[in-house]
Formats: sequence, C-alpha cells, structure tokens
Amino acid sequence: MNQELPEIVYTPESQLRSPGKLLGKMFADLRTSRFLAWRLFVRNMAAQHRQTILGYLWLLLVPIVQTLLWVFLNAQKVINVGPTDIPYPAFVLTGTLLWQGFSDALQMPMQQVQASKQMLSKINFPHEAILFAAMGQVLVNFGIRLVLLVAVFAWFDILLTWSLLLAPLGILALIGFGMMLGLLLTPLGLLYGDVQRVLGMVISLWFFVTPVIYPAPTGGWAALVTRFNPVTPLLVTTRQWLTGGELTQLGPFVTVTAATLVLSLFGWVVYRLAVPHIIERIGS
Amino acid sequence: MSDVLIKVENVSKKFCRDLKQSLWYGVKDIAGEITGRDNPKVELRPGEFWSVKDISFELKRGECLGLIGSNGAGKSTLLKMLNGLLKPDSGRISIRGRVGALIELGAGFNPILTGGENIYVNGAVLGFTKQEIEGKFNDIVEFAEMGEFIDAPVQNYSSGMKVRLGFAVAAHMDPDILLIDEVLAVGDVGFRAKCFDRIAKISKEASLIFVSHSMPEVARVASNILVMKGGKALLNSHDVASGINEYFRQFSDNSEKISGGWETCKIHEVILRSKNHTCKNEVLKINHGEPLEIEIAFSLDKKIKDTLINIGFFDKEKRNIAQCSSIKSAYKANNSSEIIKTKIKIESIPFSMGEYDLSLYFVEDLGNNRRGEVFLFEHSAAKFEVFDKTPGFAPVEIKAEWN
Repeated sequence: MNQELPEIVYTPESQLRSPGKLLGKMFADLRTSRFLAWRLFVRNMAAQHRQTILGYLWLLLVPIVQTLLWVFLNAQKVINVGPTDIPYPAFVLTGTLLWQGFSDALQMPMQQVQASKQMLSKINFPHEAILFAAMGQVLVNFGIRLVLLVAVFAWFDILLTWSLLLAPLGILALIGFGMMLGLLLTPLGLLYGDVQRVLGMVISLWFFVTPVIYPAPTGGWAALVTRFNPVTPLLVTTRQWLTGGELTQLGPFVTVTAATLVLSLFGWVVYRLAVPHIIERIGS
Repeated sequence: MSDVLIKVENVSKKFCRDLKQSLWYGVKDIAGEITGRDNPKVELRPGEFWSVKDISFELKRGECLGLIGSNGAGKSTLLKMLNGLLKPDSGRISIRGRVGALIELGAGFNPILTGGENIYVNGAVLGFTKQEIEGKFNDIVEFAEMGEFIDAPVQNYSSGMKVRLGFAVAAHMDPDILLIDEVLAVGDVGFRAKCFDRIAKISKEASLIFVSHSMPEVARVASNILVMKGGKALLNSHDVASGINEYFRQFSDNSEKISGGWETCKIHEVILRSKNHTCKNEVLKINHGEPLEIEIAFSLDKKIKDTLINIGFFDKEKRNIAQCSSIKSAYKANNSSEIIKTKIKIESIPFSMGEYDLSLYFVEDLGNNRRGEVFLFEHSAAKFEVFDKTPGFAPVEIKAEWN
C-alpha cells in the first residue's frame, strides 16, 4: 500500500541543481495553491477597509483628488501641459488610474508576504497562494476604480472604439510588470526594511518621469528619460487603447511585456528559493 | 509494516545570534541558492552557533518518537526542518507521505476566517480537495467539540479552542506523519485524554514525532526517544525510560533548598540511611525495595509544646508522589530537650529508578487530626537516588505476588 507514497527530500543543496524537479514542483504547487489563494483573497478583500468609515470609497477618493489637483494646477497655468487628444481631465484620470494600478502591483507582493510572515514560519503551504491573492486584490481594486473612468468618459462624450477591447491586455501587462518588479524585490525587502522605504521614494519620483499627467514628450531630455522608462510604453499604449488614440509605442510595449514574462518566471524561482532562508532569518 | 517514513541523516542547522549579521548571511545564502552554488556550508561563520547538530534517526510506520530536551535544545528547529519550513545546513532528510503538523498554537489558522473556513484552508494546504474536506468536516467539528463556535472567527477563540480545532484537523487528515510540538498542554484534561487516545490510534498507521516537557505523556506514547541538548543528541534509542532519566539528569542540580513558615522551628541535620550507605548532605544511594531510615535533628521554640512532622516525597518533575506523616502514628515530638531527634523507618522504598527528594513540614497539632500553623517547611531537605534493574514508567512500583 505504500509504494506510491510521494517522497520529499530536504538537503542543503540548491534546488536549482535539479531544475526539472523544481519546475515540476512549482507547477504542482500552482495547482494546489488555487483554493488557498482564493481563501486568502477573500480574506484580504474583506479586511482591506474594515476599520474605515468610507470603506471602498477610499479606492475612488485618491484618484479623484489627484485628478482634481492636476486639473487645477493645469488650469491655473502652474504647470504647462501641451495639448492632449482628449479633454485634459479625462486624460489625467486615465493616466492616474493606470499609474495607481502599477504602483499597487509594485508594492503588493512585498506587503502581502510581509503580512503572512507568521503563517510562513509556522505552516508549510504553497507560497504562491500569497502572490495570487495579492494579484487578485490589485486587479479587483483596479476594476473598482474603473467606475470612475466610465463616468468621466460618459461625461466628456469620449468615443468608444474597437481598440478598447485590447485595453485589458495593456492593463494586465502594466500590472504584470509591476508585480514582477515587486516580486523581484520581495526577498531583499523582507530582510531589510530599507527596501520598502526606498521603494516608496522611488515610486513618487517615478511618477514624474512617466507620462501620467502629461503626454509623452517628443524632444529634449524629457523625451530621453521617458523613453528609457519601461512603464512609459505600457502606460501610454494602454491609455491609447482606452481612449482610441493613435498607437505610438507598440514596439517597446511588446518588448517590455516579453521581458516581463521571462523575468516573472525568474522572480518566481527566486521567491521560492528565498522563502526558507527568509523564514530562517526573520521567522518567529 | 516496517517501511521507514522519516529518515534523518546527520542533519545540522545553524543560527546567528546577531540580527544584523544574520540578515546579511541571509542575503548571501539566497544569492548562493540562486546561483546554484554547490557549497554545503558546514563551517560556522562568525557569530553563528549550531542549533541542531548531527542528528540522525529513522522512524517507521507505527513508531512514535518522543523528542525531549530542555528549552533551546533545538527540538522545534528540528521539527521545522522536518516540516520543510527550514532548509538543513547539512545532512539529508527524506519524508514519505503526507505530513500533518501541529507546531504552534493556532499557527495554521487565519484569525479573521471562521473555524469552518480554516478547516477548508488547512485541508487545502495538506492537498485535499474540497469534496474530501467536506467528507471529514463533521467529524472534525465533533471531535473538537466546537459546536456553534465553528462559525465564529478564530480570533475569538480561547487558546484551548484553537488547540482543539488544530489537533482535530491534523488528526483527521489521515497523515502518514504527524508532528506535534508541545501544544496539547493547553487543552483541558478531558480533551487531552481524548487526544492521547487518538494519538494512540493514529500512531498505529503513521509515524509520530511528539515534543513535550511532560514526561508521563512521553512515556505513554513514545516507542523511541531522542534526548537533545544544545542541538546534539544525548541519547537516541528505544529505551524510553532511560531517555527520560537522561533528560532529568540535566536538571539534577537545580533543586535548591527552599524553606519558610513561622521560623519557630529549626532543622539541624537530616541523615538518610540505606542498607549500605549513610548520607548527610549528599545524595543517598538506595536499591529499590530496600528500607530507608530518616533521622531528623531539629529544635522548637520554647512556646511550642509539640509538633507534627510531614515528609513529602517528590520526583524529578517536582510532583508530590508520596507522603509519610506522623499524624498517622502515635508519635509526638515533645519539646523536652534542646535538640529533638526523630527517627523514621520506612520498611521498603517502592519508588522506581530515578532521583527523588524529600520535603519536611513541621505543623502545629490541634488534636482530632487537625493541623494548625506551619512552624517550618523545607523543600529538598534531602535527596536519594533509587537503583533498579529495570526502569519503570510510573514513579511508584507496587510489590505484588504473581501467580
């Protein structure tokens, strides 16, 4: 009756030495983690705004205030944004929502793994579940914010085009890129609190070198900076799909998305290999 | 059924005392892991120590390993490695079958979810499908005696309830291997009794590792014993009783004389006599079944007329396992001289192998079997060690005629 018992071997050797086995285990865990991921996701969504009065309205409030701020500054000529394809408020809101999705995606993996420290150090479960739950949370929060976009599009009578159907692809690429970067930073970020602080700083600076509140510049230093910013093609292309504008950055979009897929696999492997070491160092 | 389910070969694990240094080593270890470096790090780096060192054992189906040792001996680290939470730094662990682990109180539970939801989560973690869990759900709830609380969030549970649910889940998931880390102590007596019945049942078909500081429990369930000290194995055998003795030997020096009371009485000397030895301050050696003679020299305050004397016998766990009281005899210690000498003869010492100490209580006699104020009590007033050919699980062995 016991011939078929699965055998697990723990040795100090790096699991990368038997990559076939590692990959097999990774995909097996992917399957078993689905149910758990769903449970964690439901819990996280419920807990997210439990101790607030406004609840889910918080998801809408931040982009509204930000959009109003930039529209005000632009109207007062404090900042000077060139002409945009669609009315500026709609332009800013679209950009802000996309940016928020990206920055959520960037921070969520680290936050969620950090929050699961207790569980990680005491029970053995597929650690992918935490990431899936985080991804679900980012996507759902993003989806809720889209309500704003629908309202604003209706208000400004923005024409819906067929390209809108491609927008989800862009959104996934943008959020995927953020999650991938966040995942790569997670192992180090769990060991050193500095990472999270630096990340907060970087995100607020990154915002300004990404064409969120202004259209992608075509000349000067600004053009150079935004060109080498991997978020630029993702955000600009997605916005163009949403608003029916002319595609200007499709090539870089494909490149960055392909890189995201490859690096995500790498980040996943690193995460798996790193977790036991992290538990060892910070587990209680 | 002699298949080996757990095989541990020369497993070691090191930890670092300093946090900053530890984090830096963590970064290096992760980097090493990612680059696939084949360099089993068996050397200690500065600031590190062995939490577990060179532990080896095998456990077959149907066996139960009692893992004992003082705090910080490395028991939990070893258990975490077996559960795959930590990677060994050297050696090899191979595990066959489904592992159920009860490592820390309510650790497997998510405080926000209800007990019922947690059963599903835990089941999912152990690789069960939703249907399989549904099939076991009622048994688990019933075993844990949760009643309506099953629909309340786990954060509202008492610690006893968490343990009950945790054990019930782990025990009902048909584990091939069950790891239990001193959590059952929280449950009430009724539930613990139930747990041990269940453990006995599971251990027939599974391999069990049981960490506990309660030696009677270990003696009850364990078939093998591993005594750890400072990460190393002090003893690893099938002889559970001698393992338990080994465990107690570590603490042999920490029973201090503690005295109190109204201080209206003073002990001058306690002499113990066995057949071949007489001791004043050392540990008396005595064979099982031999007579023991206790001689106490003490003085009483002038105002006191006489006193009752109680002798309490304590085992290594400081359990009061026997007593001997002058109230049961016609003896009265009359305060007629400066130093009063009392001799107590015990015909035969019925204790099993191990070290024992005795405490003395001098209590006022109010007549009619009533005790008054305590003149003096002295814990660990004297010690003796009982020798026997075979160890016993219980502290007292009753002599009997067998036909």
